[in-house]
Amino acid sequence: MKTMLLNINNQAVNVIADPDTPLLWALRSEQRLVGAKYGCGKGLCGACTVHLDGQAVRSCSMPVSAAVGRRITTIEGIDTPEARAVKAAWRVIDVAQCGYCQSGQVMSACALLASKPAPSDADIDAAMSGNLCRCGTYPRIRAAIHLASRSL
Amino acid sequence: MASTRRTVILGTLGAAGALAIGWGVLPPRQRLNTAQALPTAEGEVAFNGWVKIARDGAVTVTLAKSEMGQGVVTSLCMLLAEELDADWSRVRWQPSPIDKIFNNISTVVDGLPVHPDTDNAALDVLKWLTAKTMREVGVMMTGGSSSVKDLWLPMRQAGAAAREMLVAAAAAQWGVAAADCGTENGEVIAPDGRRLGYGALAAAAAQQKMPASPKLKPPERHRLIGQPTRRIDTPGKIDGSARFGIDALPEGLLYASVKMCPTLGGRAQRFNDAPARALPGVKAVVGVEPLRGGTGGVAVVADHPWRARKAADALDVTWAHGELASFGSAAALERFAQAARSEKGYAFFETGEVEPALAGAATRIEAEYRAPYLAHAALEPINATVLFEGNKATVWVSTQVPGLARSAAAQALGLPDEAVTVNVMLLGGGFGRRLETDFIAQAAAIAKAVPGQPVQTLWSREQDTRHDLYRPACVARFEAGFDADRRLVAWKNTSAGQAIVPQVLTRAFGLPGGGPDKTASEGAFDQAYEWPAARIAHVAVALPLQVGFWRSVGHSHQAFFKEGFVDECAHAAGQDPLAFREALLQKHPKQLAVLRAVAKAAGWGTPSPAAPDGAKTARGIALHDSFGSTVAQVAEVSLGPDKAIRVHRVWCAIDCGLAVNPAGIRQQLEGAVVFGLSAALHGGVEIVDGQVQPSNFHDQPIVRLAEAPRVECLILPGKGQPEGVGEPGVPPIAPAVANALFALTGQRLRSLPLKLA
Repeated sequence: MKTMLLNINNQAVNVIADPDTPLLWALRSEQRLVGAKYGCGKGLCGACTVHLDGQAVRSCSMPVSAAVGRRITTIEGIDTPEARAVKAAWRVIDVAQCGYCQSGQVMSACALLASKPAPSDADIDAAMSGNLCRCGTYPRIRAAIHLASRSL
Repeated sequence: MASTRRTVILGTLGAAGALAIGWGVLPPRQRLNTAQALPTAEGEVAFNGWVKIARDGAVTVTLAKSEMGQGVVTSLCMLLAEELDADWSRVRWQPSPIDKIFNNISTVVDGLPVHPDTDNAALDVLKWLTAKTMREVGVMMTGGSSSVKDLWLPMRQAGAAAREMLVAAAAAQWGVAAADCGTENGEVIAPDGRRLGYGALAAAAAQQKMPASPKLKPPERHRLIGQPTRRIDTPGKIDGSARFGIDALPEGLLYASVKMCPTLGGRAQRFNDAPARALPGVKAVVGVEPLRGGTGGVAVVADHPWRARKAADALDVTWAHGELASFGSAAALERFAQAARSEKGYAFFETGEVEPALAGAATRIEAEYRAPYLAHAALEPINATVLFEGNKATVWVSTQVPGLARSAAAQALGLPDEAVTVNVMLLGGGFGRRLETDFIAQAAAIAKAVPGQPVQTLWSREQDTRHDLYRPACVARFEAGFDADRRLVAWKNTSAGQAIVPQVLTRAFGLPGGGPDKTASEGAFDQAYEWPAARIAHVAVALPLQVGFWRSVGHSHQAFFKEGFVDECAHAAGQDPLAFREALLQKHPKQLAVLRAVAKAAGWGTPSPAAPDGAKTARGIALHDSFGSTVAQVAEVSLGPDKAIRVHRVWCAIDCGLAVNPAGIRQQLEGAVVFGLSAALHGGVEIVDGQVQPSNFHDQPIVRLAEAPRVECLILPGKGQPEGVGEPGVPPIAPAVANALFALTGQRLRSLPLKLA
């Protein structure tokens, strides 16, 4: 076990964990920030997506030690104009079904809009195809990203 | 989602149960009051088992079905709020306790292996008797697309009863006749226009006599039911506050990882736990037996999930592979094919004389269709959290069967059912996987080793894929005969595969399973087509591999077989696939209307536009009845590089009876198309020597956003009570795509997943 100083949702937090522990598990079991989900453990499904310095990353396959000195943002803490637009669009369009993947979908969508405020369908395909949804909410995710983009 | 349609229970418990208890003394059918009053918070009163109202006017609805994405939180709250005339913005929900009034009745009644057009008095009696019996001996279950249908009456009655009590309390306070008072938006309105909020009235209203038969609104007075209504469970799902099974975080939580025998159903023969015990944070190493259809292994309990996982990997285990050590899915499919060719099977439906009709036919066609074993692949991997405290226990779990979950944990812990409390969490997808209790029993057995501390047992994605209870593989043979004018005169269909229900009876109830399992043949025998002569049968092949319910169950593959061969028949008859189907549905206006609606929306009969990249497209059509609803779909497909199958647009029409929440129905249909497309394009697990080959999303892909088609939904104004919605959108997509591929390429694909030569 090692104590590491992390910046999570703009707060300095001491996290005690084995350094090779995936960031996901440090967030979930140490910090009780359970919005990011375990889905595959291999960066294949995107359910664990958080932001590192504003970029979407898969927290299941990144050691917590690699996040030291960087800004970690989770679904619980994100409050940017993009996030507000995305969440509003998600509600209007009724995107979520079971909801398990949706934290990751929202985080990926926010990162996309922050870098490309008016994404094309192809941009959405490229940015969002790493986030799996077993309920099949994809058509609505696409529509909600366009709606959020228009409101920004 | 998937159903536990227990035909055998129907036969045995339905009839025998009634004989044992006796007609006259069968308990009342009421589903309003729980045996014990609902627990209430300060300032809150319970009106019955379904609704509580707080002093501040907040209405809390009991949610007796598991929310797994299908939108029951919203649709079920709508049922009660409609009759209560509640202020919709003040409606909340709370998972139900376990009680008989929450048992699922409609799924079992619908599980009778009879054709839906069957009309006889004896069947009505059996249905009535079964309903009455299931209230007593059934189980709480979310599945079979039955939630709204099952609770359509009791939840509206519960709302109406509370409303009448609120009105009576207000009338007494005002000194006016209750009949002269109205209700609206959470308030009672006096004849002179005065208003009193439900919150202020709740305490007095709960003292009023509960009406024996609360009056329900006629449909034309519905203000909420039938209105497209946004989900009320969205906020928590986009801010990280929703709590799934994996998010149960009781104080002092420990984490368990299990090393399971790679061979399904196997167990640990011996193991060396020293390497694992030497690792930091490890609290216990526990051998676990295969339970309730699961696989045995060795579990490590540690203070951290990552440490538990690493320590489990370090275990040195010698396996006893068990009876599935030589099981192969390829050989199983060959065996089914042989059975479908050579055995008669159980005829679920017969009409006319099919053999003479075939013998006398001018032309005949025949074909064989195949579908593989399938994993559920819910995104929330299997997990359960259990706290064992000697004489009692608490379980936190995503489950479709809270009562069975309780029994499974209780049995593993050696406790009576009543000593176990089950907290039903949100489900990160169910699709039928969470109708099983193998993992709950396993988690309880592990937690027993660490009394006083809660333990969360979590499977890896690889374990979730490799230790599922799979959608059974199936092979179907078809023969059709045509007369000299190329009119269809005979339809013969024999499928073969494993039956689910007998296995469920054994692993969940410890009962021997037998009798015809409707789920094996559903989708083949119970359709609307008016065959001149037909025999539709299924050969149940008993194999030790455990199979389970998978969203739309038998329909998931039978629709692909049947609608594919109907398309073949249309071409053999020289007819348009739409016109050919229409001719077989002359006495079925509902199916005709759905089929014509989807054809019109899709522009059937007009040229199909080119794909965005200029590729040629084609359309295919499919029609299927399931869970009381009729769905037709048209898929528009093209080929990409390397003959990649691309589905651009899907039109989907449904008649699901009374449409309670049209917005929710659209959402389910869109999702079902994508879910079904994953199976159509990518699904299938190969099993070699009892070991499942795929492991994670790289070799068991599901459809990604870029692959998802645009889906356009049409909800036809249906008659009668609400029918199923969660599953019926799944079955038609595979045949609609396969039929479109035939139109595009001339290749008839008869095996899933779809692959062009």
